[in-house]
Amino acid sequence: MLGTIRQKAVAARSLSSQVLENDLMRLRSVASVMRHYSAGTKEMTVRDALNSALDEEMAADPSVFVMGEEVGEYQGAYKITKGLLDKYGPERVVDTPITEAGFAGIGVGSAYHGLRPVVEFMTFNFSMQAIDHIINSAAKSNYMSAGQINVPIVFRGPNGPAAGVGAQHSQCYGAWYGSVPGLKVLVPYSSEDARGLLKAAIRDPDPVVFLENELLYGESFPVSAEALNSSFCLPIGKAKIEREGKDITITAFSKMAAEILEKDGISAEVINLRSIRPLDRATINASVRKTNRLVTVEEGFPQHGIGAEICASVVEDSFGYLDAPVERIAGADVPTPYAANLERMAFPQIEDIVRAARRVCYRKSSIAASA
Amino acid sequence: MSLVRRSSDLLKPFTTAASTTSFLNSRRHFSTDDTTTITVETSVPFTGHNCEPPSRSVDTTPTELMKFFTDMALMRRMEIAADSLYKSKLIRGFCHLYDGQEAVCIGMEAAITKKDCIITAYRDHCIYLGRGGNLLQSFAELMGRQDGCSNGKGGSMHFYKKDACFFGGHGIVGAQVPLGCGLAFAQKYRKEDHVTFAMYGDGAANQGQLFEALNMAALWDLPAILVCENNHYGMGTAEWRAAKSPAYYKRGDYVPGLKVDGMDAFAVKQACKFAKEHALKNGPIILEMDTYRYHGHSMSDPGSTYRTRDEISGVRQERDPIERIRKLVLAHDLATEQQLKDIEKLARKEVDEAIAKAKESPMPAESELFTNVYRKGFGVESFGADRKELRATLP
Repeated sequence: MLGTIRQKAVAARSLSSQVLENDLMRLRSVASVMRHYSAGTKEMTVRDALNSALDEEMAADPSVFVMGEEVGEYQGAYKITKGLLDKYGPERVVDTPITEAGFAGIGVGSAYHGLRPVVEFMTFNFSMQAIDHIINSAAKSNYMSAGQINVPIVFRGPNGPAAGVGAQHSQCYGAWYGSVPGLKVLVPYSSEDARGLLKAAIRDPDPVVFLENELLYGESFPVSAEALNSSFCLPIGKAKIEREGKDITITAFSKMAAEILEKDGISAEVINLRSIRPLDRATINASVRKTNRLVTVEEGFPQHGIGAEICASVVEDSFGYLDAPVERIAGADVPTPYAANLERMAFPQIEDIVRAARRVCYRKSSIAASA
Repeated sequence: MSLVRRSSDLLKPFTTAASTTSFLNSRRHFSTDDTTTITVETSVPFTGHNCEPPSRSVDTTPTELMKFFTDMALMRRMEIAADSLYKSKLIRGFCHLYDGQEAVCIGMEAAITKKDCIITAYRDHCIYLGRGGNLLQSFAELMGRQDGCSNGKGGSMHFYKKDACFFGGHGIVGAQVPLGCGLAFAQKYRKEDHVTFAMYGDGAANQGQLFEALNMAALWDLPAILVCENNHYGMGTAEWRAAKSPAYYKRGDYVPGLKVDGMDAFAVKQACKFAKEHALKNGPIILEMDTYRYHGHSMSDPGSTYRTRDEISGVRQERDPIERIRKLVLAHDLATEQQLKDIEKLARKEVDEAIAKAKESPMPAESELFTNVYRKGFGVESFGADRKELRATLP
């Protein structure tokens, strides 16, 4: 989930210190806040969630295989595919040369012939080299062939900013892929999201773009017993109400904001989108009809972004229910700078969301920005 | 379909059973002899790169010779008819015609099975036919009708026949090569004894993704055969203006290659047979088919601004693939000139009938706008231009 994940990253980078340990502590404190919201006994990192999902789906279906740079012997650039090579062998865990256009095309071709590839992009920035295959070879094939050629492929990898990796390694591709008919675009946030959505994606007969977030890989979340089951799957196209509220709707995810706003007397309903395409317009609109105010949050570039689509959808379907104009919080309209202070300004921080939330409630900012 | 036969002209007896089955199947008027071996010499020897080229002597049978003639005549007719349909605006958009290149498709089919995969670019009408595609579905697709092989939703560049392992029909130059290597990957993954022919042109031969895919195919020993249909022009750009080295069969470096006279169906057959055996044992190989297209790049290109009419008519005179087979048939006394002309007339008739029937096929229902977006849509909503007016639920 774009905004959700970004919010976690944002929380890590917020305010006083840029030191990594503080970031991690922030994340952990947010994670501990999570426990209020989901019942669960076991904890699992997002990394383990993805790894276990891959493992289970490969065990269940011999046509599932993994392909990408460093996925095999290196155990995965971010260790998501750790242990899979030993378990399934080099025919099913395929290390590729650094040739995205080539191996994405090979992946799609193998899916034409009925295999179920999981193609990893080390980050989605590199997917631009392969984007013709994702869109023209994969997304459109079922339509152009009138249903003869479906493409059961998953393209997965980290998306959006990390920390200090610069302009060419920080872009979010949710809006780009989210605009393409024929694709499904998923954005997991928690470990349960990661497990359920990846399993659903692998089983899906259509091409799925699975946008993860590097900073969340190490994060632990409680997982229910149900989620640990090997047949667990989450439905594609359904958002999750992470926290119920009555005053405003925030899409994307901001636990910290929700906490802060509580103090200000604002009860925010936070929607974890989980799926950009199909977009769960029904859940979003139902929430806005209840709260009458909306702030969209994302890390990607603002123009033609996810927030723009959500705003348009709400204006089309629920205009009469809005008590205030929709607010968008997004990444800054600049290539990502490297300097820590500038990078911080380039992505939404808690205070940005809080400020926007107060604006839609027509309240002046009473607490200092750095909460 | 009843033809008047002059039995004295034929070498072998024939059955007189009249038939209404597809023309391509009813060659019983001619030799049903597929036991006599005829040995044919290819026009020129093969040139090998990092491999020992196969022999110039190719074995065939009377049946096969006649089939080559009949099938190519039909393909030729289909493409010429498409030209007229385009000019009368019944075919819209892009239309890339294959006439002149028929021997590549025919020779390939003679060497392989329908479990071997073929993937090509946008000059795909004849490949589709060669894979067992239907003439009516071909014309209906070109005219955007619901009886088209892609229900009218693909168009000229997007013909497919999955049950015959024909995977399209691709509009982006070069994309089909990694896709083809992916098909080969799947064949190897499943331990099948089949190969994939990934076809591309001299223009696409310079694409980076081709080399990326070839590298992986060689690294992983994929049963991929890259077939460069070198018709010497990438749209309007002659090969010497686009490629520093137009020896496309050598482009694979460590990957072996073979240069083949692509206007000689038997050379193509021999090369594909050789390539299939090679690929199953040793991984990828490149076949460069030296061929020629009579039409321009597409129907919007007259094809004479970048090449001379003398060149085009010269090739037609000296190297036409159908003429070559005609001469062989006559030399081996398998049919008379008149009988061959009758076959061509029959091809014309069959094409005309298919076109007439295709014209009757309606345009797709409006609900088709929203079908096949996904294989599994979960009841997701999709929208028309005015979303308040037109919405659909994707099943």
